[in-house]
Amino acid sequence: MTTRASTMTPRYDVIVIGGGNAALCAAIEARRGGRSVLILEAAPTMFRGGNSRHTRNVRYLHRGEDFHLVGDYLEDEFYQDLLDVTGGNTDERLARLTIRASEGVGHWMAGNGITWQGALRGTLQLSRTNAFFLGGGKALLNTYYETARKLGIEVQFDAEVCGLEVRPGDFHQITVGSEAAARLYEAKVVVAASGGFEANLDWLGEYWGEAAQNFLIRGTPYNKGGVLKLLLAAGAKAIGDPREYHAVACDARGPQFDGGIVTRLDSVPFGIVVNRDAQRFSDEGVDMWPKRYASWGGLLARQPGQIAYSILDAKLASEYIPSLYPAIRADNLEDLARHLRLPPVELRHTIEQFNAAVVPGTYDPTKLDDCHTEGLEVAKSHWAQTIDRPPYMAYPLRPGITFTYHGVGVAEDGQVIGDDGHPLGNVFAAGEIMAGNILGRGYMAGFGMTIGTIWGRIAGQGAAAHAER
Amino acid sequence: MPSDELKVIERTGPHPPLVQLLAEADRQMTICNACRYCEGYCAVFPAMELRREFKPDDLIYMANLCFDCRACYYACPYTAPHEWAVNVPEIMAAVREETYREHAAPKMLARLFMGSRLLASFAVVAIVSLVFALVLATSGSAAVFGTTGANFFAVVPYWSMVLPAVAVSAYALAVLAAGGVRFWRDTGGTVGQMFSVSALFRASKDALGLVYLKGGGEGCFYPDELPSMSRRWFHHFVFYGFMLDFASTTVAAFYDHFLDAHAPYALLSVPVVLGLVGGVMLTIGAAGLLGLKWRADRTPAHPSMLDLDVVFIGLLLATAVTGLLLLALRETAAMGTVLVVHLGIVAALFVTLPLGKFAHVTYRYAALVKNQIEIAESEHSA
Repeated sequence: MTTRASTMTPRYDVIVIGGGNAALCAAIEARRGGRSVLILEAAPTMFRGGNSRHTRNVRYLHRGEDFHLVGDYLEDEFYQDLLDVTGGNTDERLARLTIRASEGVGHWMAGNGITWQGALRGTLQLSRTNAFFLGGGKALLNTYYETARKLGIEVQFDAEVCGLEVRPGDFHQITVGSEAAARLYEAKVVVAASGGFEANLDWLGEYWGEAAQNFLIRGTPYNKGGVLKLLLAAGAKAIGDPREYHAVACDARGPQFDGGIVTRLDSVPFGIVVNRDAQRFSDEGVDMWPKRYASWGGLLARQPGQIAYSILDAKLASEYIPSLYPAIRADNLEDLARHLRLPPVELRHTIEQFNAAVVPGTYDPTKLDDCHTEGLEVAKSHWAQTIDRPPYMAYPLRPGITFTYHGVGVAEDGQVIGDDGHPLGNVFAAGEIMAGNILGRGYMAGFGMTIGTIWGRIAGQGAAAHAER
Repeated sequence: MPSDELKVIERTGPHPPLVQLLAEADRQMTICNACRYCEGYCAVFPAMELRREFKPDDLIYMANLCFDCRACYYACPYTAPHEWAVNVPEIMAAVREETYREHAAPKMLARLFMGSRLLASFAVVAIVSLVFALVLATSGSAAVFGTTGANFFAVVPYWSMVLPAVAVSAYALAVLAAGGVRFWRDTGGTVGQMFSVSALFRASKDALGLVYLKGGGEGCFYPDELPSMSRRWFHHFVFYGFMLDFASTTVAAFYDHFLDAHAPYALLSVPVVLGLVGGVMLTIGAAGLLGLKWRADRTPAHPSMLDLDVVFIGLLLATAVTGLLLLALRETAAMGTVLVVHLGIVAALFVTLPLGKFAHVTYRYAALVKNQIEIAESEHSA
């Protein structure tokens, strides 16, 4: 082990930048490989763990029963699911590698202290594709941090990396903290597992302009993308459309950062959605959620003022998961319009027009039913029911950004590559910062954790091997 | 349009009015019900998922269904310094304490005893002193300080021991039973449900096995963010130790009444063995629980509930230690003093039973029964 050598600057075999799932998996594997490891986490202890804090399950390949997973979930089906959500926006080689490597990951996680949650009477049914870790992401992180502590991994919190000098064949130099009070660290190998840049509204503003200030960031405020920027400046190959992100419809009353799972709204398919001009703009009943869930963030981001309103009536009140904030209620459409500050004449017109277009059918929220509209410019293809029974209810919606796709290219061993396809040299990446290689578009539940865990492990093992040379 | 719908409800004073506590519990459960990540930990969250809104009786029931394992606190991404400051174990303990306070009798004594750790300790010392003074006045100092040969009844005559014990126990039982019935009614239970055999059986299994001190399977999160079974084992030691001591007293009374065999009993007799094992278990359990509470993270704890815990466990520990001491010193001249102190502490324990933490036995059990009824109903309708 090479620590604290001749200079005053602390030296480690491996420094992992980031403190979420991918970072911890990388650190644990590198340490198990016999290296000295330091984790640099930008957040303070109470907010450690990046967006992993808000996760709940992981998707992995399995043959037959595996803990609480039932049936088989094999490579071809898994890959097809990925193709469906990404529309082919994936690197097949890396995607298949991820999928294959996910086999047995449930056991690796359990071996590092994770407990699995069985089927309950409540929200969760027996699952074939996604395994739920007990207590969700923060509980998982607490467990991994304890595993890391037992293994002798060092952790620095409040340690935002502001400088990274990539020096192939030598110790990389990492600067932590503000310019005024910078601390230096040196490492033979660096693993960048520091997430995306969705919490950096100025950066998003470069592509989205003023609109970015109206985005809600569902996850940690610490994903500012500083390390991503440093790596790109050091010559890393850029992947993923920087303009794109995964976003869902969130309650506009939620906090700007860190609202997590609770501010998402599931009410959209049951009623209609109007923008601030009281106009409908997209088919609310295209498909089931969660499949459709992912598209609404982007739709909202493209509306004026990045705001819209999900509108329902009394008969639809308990169709969806209870909302965090109460619905805005009114006994008539004029009052509702006043509460929402929508033009009342237009709102009434939109709703009357919608009601007149509804073709009665057999309403069934458990499948693509035959309740639809006819003759509207913006149709509603399923679950269309008239909105006419007071009290009327509304939820204000904003785009809630979950993660970004923009990141760095990696080789199969997890090393960050340059534009020429060659490794930068002893710099690895894992998690959201490289997830765009595999999930270039769309969203697949639990797959972010798959990528984080698998590539964390790959990067950690690779880092351990490279630190030896 | 940021909302203040979810702002933390302000609480006034160390014992805020129940309506403030319920408003805060409602706020937190509304957040939890939109999240549900903790549903695998205990019975509270599945019960929450059966509801879309939380009325006072729902919250009082759910608070008593919470076993303070704290798993949810450490798993929650919305604990302070997050602006939502979710802290379910704390608010549930606060509501629970109000349940105990609300149903205790006599009310004035309860307010005094539950007022603070200091007042409660003072009450205990007062009761022990009173018992000592009474014994000194009636039996005389020669009997207290001069008796040897484990002759307990020379210090405190048989009926002076039995009659007050029966009276105090009857009072404690009556208050607890009345509280239990009121709690049952207040949380929407019917008389018929009270005798649902399968629910009673399942709830008893949950209670006797301390199922919810397993947290999500690996125990309570004491002293902090990692689970361990220590709290469950210490609690088992307290409960079953207490039951063994209770059995010891019962067997001794049986010997005395029906077999004409009087104390002191031989070291290997049934009452002494039961009492000794029970006393040692109770000592280990109570000391262990106190130690855990001492070391535990105070953030998820509700301060005045912690006071109740410490006073009650302290009394149990004192009962066990003086009981063991009495056994050890029963042949010496110190026996009389130790006996009177022991009886004084037992008296304090029983007098304060319905005024303090012991009440949790009643309300937790009632909540477990209600929970089993609810589970059966939801499975039936599903």
